[in-house]
Amino acid sequence: MADITYLEAGRLALAEEMDRDPLVWALGEDLGRGGVFKQYDGLQARFGANRIVDTPISEATIMGAAVGAAMSGTRPVVEMRFSDFALCAVDELVNQAAKARYMFGGQTRVPLVVREPIGMWRSSAAQHSQSLEAWYAHIPGLVVTVPATPADNYALLKAAIRSDDPVVHMEHKNLWALKGPAAETDAPAEFGRGVVRRKGSAITIVTWSAAVWTALDAAAAMGVEGIDIEVIDLRTLWPWDRELVLESVSRTRRALVMHEAVQAGGFGAEIAATIAEELHHRLDGPVRRLGAPRAPVPYAPPMEEQLKITAGDVCRAVKVALGAA
Amino acid sequence: MTDGQDGAVTAAASNRDIARLTALHGLMARIRAFERAAETGQTRGSVLGAVHLSIGQEAVAAGVCAQLRRDDLLLSTHRGHGHTLAKGADARAMMLELLGKAGGTSNGRGGSMHIADFSVGMLGANGVVSANIPIAVGAAQAIRLKGGDQVVVCLFGDGAINRGPFMEGLNWAKVFNLPVLFVCEDNGWSATTRTSELTAGDGAAARARSMDVTAIEIDGNDLALVDETAREVVARLRAGDGPILIHARTYRLLGHTASDTAGYRPAGEAEGRWEGDPMRRNRAVLEAAGVGAHEIDALEQAATDEMTRALDDAEAAPFAPAALAFDDVQDAGAPTRFWTREG
Ligand SMILES: Cc1ncc(C[n+]2csc(CCOP(=O)(O)OP(=O)(O)O)c2C)c(N)n1
Repeated sequence: MADITYLEAGRLALAEEMDRDPLVWALGEDLGRGGVFKQYDGLQARFGANRIVDTPISEATIMGAAVGAAMSGTRPVVEMRFSDFALCAVDELVNQAAKARYMFGGQTRVPLVVREPIGMWRSSAAQHSQSLEAWYAHIPGLVVTVPATPADNYALLKAAIRSDDPVVHMEHKNLWALKGPAAETDAPAEFGRGVVRRKGSAITIVTWSAAVWTALDAAAAMGVEGIDIEVIDLRTLWPWDRELVLESVSRTRRALVMHEAVQAGGFGAEIAATIAEELHHRLDGPVRRLGAPRAPVPYAPPMEEQLKITAGDVCRAVKVALGAA
Repeated sequence: MTDGQDGAVTAAASNRDIARLTALHGLMARIRAFERAAETGQTRGSVLGAVHLSIGQEAVAAGVCAQLRRDDLLLSTHRGHGHTLAKGADARAMMLELLGKAGGTSNGRGGSMHIADFSVGMLGANGVVSANIPIAVGAAQAIRLKGGDQVVVCLFGDGAINRGPFMEGLNWAKVFNLPVLFVCEDNGWSATTRTSELTAGDGAAARARSMDVTAIEIDGNDLALVDETAREVVARLRAGDGPILIHARTYRLLGHTASDTAGYRPAGEAEGRWEGDPMRRNRAVLEAAGVGAHEIDALEQAATDEMTRALDDAEAAPFAPAALAFDDVQDAGAPTRFWTREG
């Protein structure tokens, strides 16, 4: 398989779905010029301004219009440019998109996708760096996807576009340029299927998005010391792969849940609590969590570093979990 | 609506108009009777939750919605029973919904504030003020993408124009030239506060014009005028000439909700406004044109009977089953997969 970037994988997925289904379209700001990160480069020329739609800077209406268009038989892909700006459209996503099917008694579906780039990125400070996936995983009705690899970005975006549920597809800004093997087929992914990125026996690290790479770095470093770490990439947070996590932790008997987002109230807490509830008597130690301190993301690199979870932090957390700290 | 085909007593055109206004009077009467039944149900404790009645505003619902085809789309507000009925929804199913009963339009999951009937193009009332405006423009965009000639009607109150989605949605509809009819149903009140105290400038029409959206201001209690205006405007929208806003002035004769006695209103204000009640005004028009009072009485009585029966039957019906609480949340990761009361 040829290598492809995470960014190209997303663009390819959208283009293929637009080729397949004339009712798939995308809307957002500056898409005609390729979008902020060039994820849409060339698509307007190919599909026309009616299907790659340049919108006013009206996030509430971008999301709300997608709700109306989705309820009226089309499949809109919403671009929010930074997940932070999606907060201007929370009513439209949480009160409208997520609830319309339910509250109208199943009379309608809202098959929309919201692409929300997340994560710390080049000193972008407090309003362009957040990872708020836990908020959306908390909302009944929404699906949340958090791909870590180009192949997953491709297959999960395809699945998101074909899904009849509204999907929050969170792409990590630091992964745009990441190169990796392209997907082996053009099949969409299945939601709720995590993957073991590294087999191990000493402890299971459960993580997602760019933090998968941090975990793998830590696992490689610990491997040199003879500590064999299993790394699970959840790929989707709702639904999330309970079976895979519980099976892994019941073997390794120890778990560390880590993510880039703020630790307090992060989705890691849900996973840690589930592991504790289900496997309490089979664990060799308490479930550990590792996430960012509860501070806004600062601008200056030395401060920004304070909020980043590094491979060194993961190694230390693993040692604590193994009781070797 | 039925076009009058009967006798040649007066000029054909006006004869047809009177037949039409008579039929629309029947529709207004059904809306009013539905609201009265909902009010009764709330008093008896069978209609649950907050219920926002549209008594006094029926001419807007009847006049606008009667100009629509079944496949045209409609978005409404928390005060949406009348719009939904006028779009053609089944009154019995609506009443079942208000009581949370099996067979309700939304299986008992939405209630009054989320009344909807997608089978007649009514895409939902909304519990969030102004939220239906972006949804309406998106529905119009879908029509465009699919190549249809339907129009989308979006009704909202005078209070809604102070939220951002109003500005965003009108700008959007204009920029993309979408077939959306915005109807500001101006009843003078935003919940318990007079809207004029909270609104800078001249309101919905002025704001629409500032964005080069055609705006028409009308007396929303004049049924014939609403009907005529809506007819012209819908034809223009269907011909590709959109968007358009109608600012219809009306009056909320009762409280904000069925349990609100509106004690904050100056004494006598509402009482005085009953003079301008669209039902009374249209009755006078009909009687002046020679329609017999007994004929109008019969229409109104039929409406009352229909809705009284709908309420009684709904009260006798079983609640929607509890298990439906877990249906239609989502396909992926639906709640029953992980959670049961047993653990
Ligand atoms: C965003 C939002 N804010 C506040 C409310 C509470 N609320 C419900 S109805 C209403 C008044 C709305 O006034 P208007 O839009 O004029 O409609 P009317 O009730 O007069 O029909 C308010 C404030 C709400 N439902 N949604």
